Amino acid sequence: MIDWTQHLVITPILLPLLVSAAMLMFDERRRALRRVFSLFTALALIANAIALIHLTGSKGGLALTYSAGNWPVPFGIVLAADRLTALLLLLTSILGFAALIYSVARWDKAGQRFHALFLLMLMGVNGAFLTGDLFNLFVFFEVMLAASYGLALHGAGRARTRAGLHYIAINVATSLLFLIGVSLLYGVTGTLNMADLAVRIPAVPASDIMLLKAGAALLGVAFLVKAGMWPLNFWLPATYAAAAPPVAAMFAILSKVGIYVVLRLSSLMFGDDSGRAGHFADDWLLIGGIATIIYGTLGVLSARRLAPFAGYYLIISSGTLLAAIGTANTAVLAGALFYLVSSTLAIAAFYLLVEPIERGHEEEDELVVEAVFEDELAEALDEEENEIGVVIPATIAILGGGFAFCALLLAGLPPLSGFIAKFSIIDGMLRGGQAILPMHWVYIAAIIVSGLGVLMAATRAGIELIWEPSDRAMPNLRVVEAAPIALLLAICLGLVIMAGPVMRFMEQSAAALEQRELYTRAVLHPSGGAGR
Amino acid sequence: MEIVLALAIGTLVASGIWLLFRPRTFQVIIGLSLLSYAVNLFILATGRMKTDAPPIVPQGQAVNPALYANPLPQALVLTAIVISFATTALLLVVLLVSRGLTGTDHVDGEEDGDQSDNGKGGQ
Repeated sequence: MIDWTQHLVITPILLPLLVSAAMLMFDERRRALRRVFSLFTALALIANAIALIHLTGSKGGLALTYSAGNWPVPFGIVLAADRLTALLLLLTSILGFAALIYSVARWDKAGQRFHALFLLMLMGVNGAFLTGDLFNLFVFFEVMLAASYGLALHGAGRARTRAGLHYIAINVATSLLFLIGVSLLYGVTGTLNMADLAVRIPAVPASDIMLLKAGAALLGVAFLVKAGMWPLNFWLPATYAAAAPPVAAMFAILSKVGIYVVLRLSSLMFGDDSGRAGHFADDWLLIGGIATIIYGTLGVLSARRLAPFAGYYLIISSGTLLAAIGTANTAVLAGALFYLVSSTLAIAAFYLLVEPIERGHEEEDELVVEAVFEDELAEALDEEENEIGVVIPATIAILGGGFAFCALLLAGLPPLSGFIAKFSIIDGMLRGGQAILPMHWVYIAAIIVSGLGVLMAATRAGIELIWEPSDRAMPNLRVVEAAPIALLLAICLGLVIMAGPVMRFMEQSAAALEQRELYTRAVLHPSGGAGR
Repeated sequence: MEIVLALAIGTLVASGIWLLFRPRTFQVIIGLSLLSYAVNLFILATGRMKTDAPPIVPQGQAVNPALYANPLPQALVLTAIVISFATTALLLVVLLVSRGLTGTDHVDGEEDGDQSDNGKGGQ
């Protein structure tokens, strides 16, 4: 039963690790080689994720598993990929590919070891999606965060250092909460395997249930900081706005890692048949999510520049997703998964668009590359003019069109995918004949009002930055910068055209989350021998 | 034994959190280090306290697991130590860069004039 396809579960982790290690052997002068390496790695990851989606589909939603080192399951570390995981892997690799192309224009020259760090971050994100073990999740989280620290500081400069300092301090403190939560869960249940936890939690005695809930809540706080739930998100807009654009675009997926883990753990450990602890966090997620949407909407309306605007929009999307998880309704979850994909792509495209639009504005000055040490970036700064890529004419039309497209996507207006996503979330709540709680009405109102707020803020920004005649020089947009934006927006357009099949896939993924035996059975009793 | 460990963890957490909320970057780093020591002790405690017991079971013999210490939390602590050490080192570098760029060791990179009671060294 050993066929090569089962190794596809671990290649999304191994491939970027190996390539980024190999890349350390070339110094900064071999930049072309590094670019080729990292772009091909990203392409391979896309192919890998598509293959995984195909494989999980052919197994009827049963998770594919891979036991690292072939240790028997509750003892060794196990990786598991079901439809949701495969979908997120695909999303990550597409974003990574687009951001890498964009970085070729000039950002990968702004500091050392951009490509190696970027691939390590891809490895951490992929690992966090794939792992079926809580402590291993911590390790991949740290890999992802450590790489993201480096990337957040990429390009140096005062604003980045300040935001990076806050970002690192907050995440180190959060990791400690993560550890406390993991060890509490271990102390109560005696296992760290997520599927094993799902099986054991219904049997936890009543005397230990408070400890279990405390552990899970601490763990949840750690992920909610990452996801950006109010009031744990004050660091987010500043850090993401200070980061280099391709990095910020990739950071859009980091928040989704937090959301994925909340979704995975709450469906596995605190579902319908989890006994006393079932659904204990749902109300928190719903109310917290709504508060997050409100905070994000206020932030979007108050943002004077586009980068914080995107950060606050990220907060809105996190809030929408968290509240959707809090409704514990499969139809809503399916819509939320669609929303996750569409909003992540749109935010990433927006982060990439921001920099060319604002290029030449005077506020941009604090964002340009600034060397920490005198000799560090001499070469990178000198060759600023000698770039690859053709400068395309009619830049302002393309930027304006892209901006309008993004704004429609973000605000969730028809006919684009943002609308379908929000519509299916709301439709999922109203469908099904069950009584609609007052809190759900508030949630629906929050979704609609946040769309209005985003539309207003985007219109205002569009008028100021693109429509209004100004005497500043036309920004130069290169093909390598326009291509990834076009790629991301084209995928969003594809989501609209293929909305039927995509939505069916999301419904199957959400339904598989509801039936957690699909996951636990695949992990704990792998048929036909364990993976190798 | 339990009470000693609990007091140690409590003291470390209390000092760590107090330092974490101080305005100087160096205090923040020491605070995070103290917190990570506390968390490491805490992870060890979740394996149930046991003294004078080996964590490794001899191969091929039937043994009474009650006579052995739980090895898993020890492995977890080891991993946690390595990771927190690395991130602290990284934070230290960023701290130095921030000090070099801004000329101050305030966490925000600038002194707030109205809070002079937070003066140098937090005292």
